[in-house]
Amino acid sequence: MIYLDNSATTPVKKEVIDEMIPYFTEFYGNPSSLYKLSRDTKRKLEDARERVATLLGADKDEIYFTASGTESDNWAIKQMARVNKKKGNHIITTKIEHHAVLHACEEMEKEGFEVTYLDVDSEGKISLDDLKESIKDTTVLITIMYANNEIGVIMPIAEIGKIAREKGIAFHTDAVQAVGKLTIDVKKENIDMLSLSGHKFNGPKGIGALYVRKGIRINSFMHGGGQERGKRAGTENVPGIIGLTKAFEVSTENREEKNKKVVELRDYLIERVLGEIQYSRLNGHRTDRLPNNANFCFRFIEGESLLLALDNFGICASSGSACTSGSLDPSHVLLAIGLPHEIAHGSLRLSLSDETTKEELDFTVEKLKTVVERLRDMSPLWEDFLKNGGEDNV
Amino acid sequence: MYSDKVMEHFNSPRNMGEIENPDGVGTVGNAKCGDIMRMYLEVKDDIIIDVKFKTFGCGAAVATSSMATELIKGKTINEALELTNKAVVEALDGLPPAKIHCSVLAEEAIKAAIEDYKNKRKDAE
Repeated sequence: MIYLDNSATTPVKKEVIDEMIPYFTEFYGNPSSLYKLSRDTKRKLEDARERVATLLGADKDEIYFTASGTESDNWAIKQMARVNKKKGNHIITTKIEHHAVLHACEEMEKEGFEVTYLDVDSEGKISLDDLKESIKDTTVLITIMYANNEIGVIMPIAEIGKIAREKGIAFHTDAVQAVGKLTIDVKKENIDMLSLSGHKFNGPKGIGALYVRKGIRINSFMHGGGQERGKRAGTENVPGIIGLTKAFEVSTENREEKNKKVVELRDYLIERVLGEIQYSRLNGHRTDRLPNNANFCFRFIEGESLLLALDNFGICASSGSACTSGSLDPSHVLLAIGLPHEIAHGSLRLSLSDETTKEELDFTVEKLKTVVERLRDMSPLWEDFLKNGGEDNV
Repeated sequence: MYSDKVMEHFNSPRNMGEIENPDGVGTVGNAKCGDIMRMYLEVKDDIIIDVKFKTFGCGAAVATSSMATELIKGKTINEALELTNKAVVEALDGLPPAKIHCSVLAEEAIKAAIEDYKNKRKDAE
């Protein structure tokens, strides 16, 4: 099997599991209980909070553990909006956010909020001028992703943070795809809230975190016990928290070296695909993109067929085609960068890891060539294209 | 999510290709929605002696096209017109609910090809 879907999820590293295991069997005490067993667990939990804070350039009591990146996004957006309802009812985001952000914003529209969805250019970037112009007296929140999950484009976060801070508007970033790959400093980048998720960087699933800068007032989203300093009720997922923390630390070890290797492999993959498969294109900014992300469109074929055919060769990948999104429309991200529907349907995301090898990519490119050719032979669009002498009508 | 039968037809589609100078051709669907099916018919004495398809679409779109061609090959025009999308779904051991529209498209593609055949015959007369 060749796993090229590391933006969907990642395997948990052995050293991460090793560090988690005692928290299932030995330090199983409920951190809220009084006795020593629980005090020890609680201490480890607070150590973990400090370790995560350090990696983000934050303070310990600015980190709240949640059950997922999605929960962190929902908490940040909904509760920040609600807390400020009297101050204003305007939220700014982008058209290419993850659905955890987009759908949370849509929910706030139902509660009377007005949401500006910023356009992106053909490479997936927002314009800072657009952002500045969209700010109103009523704007209470700017939520813009650190890096896009589909096309990997990295947003100008520090510049956005600066603009938001100058205007006194809270700035949240969904950094689910960036944490573990890029070095983030929430203070330097003027980030007020940041969402992250453990399973995207070789940690376990079902654990995430939200960073909330001191001085930012946000209400509890989950009501119950007084865990997470009264902000997020529910018995702490201690093994998950330990796993997320360890995985986060491991991800930073030799990061530059690892990223350099991954970028080299990714660029090799991109060059081969674009050079050897005609009518293919790369989606997203060529260089301002996550080190491990490659996203292509192959004209005249449809993405789900492509995934099924690659799966037959043991290659795991994903697509932004309508069929994989569960709706009739292809990926909102690919439409936002200006691709016509028929091209957006033929997309393929290959996301590498630091364990991906050149041999795996060579195998993938060879199979991809075969599969694309087979699906084109089957495609009436390809037939028409050839009969029209290869005239471009899209 | 797909039955073994769907995967089998996706991986080894029956009757995929074109017929030169076909007696009838029908194309349905549109690229915008991500599905286009085209059926080619060769008809002799009111019997479909050959049928081929080309499809742009998901796994279910390919599998339903393939199955639909199998179900009408060797049948009379009237028998082929009786083919329903439900029969295609059943023959494939079911489809996920979101993919039922693919079977509808397959039925429509056959009807469109037969319509074209009838029109051509009328023109010839």
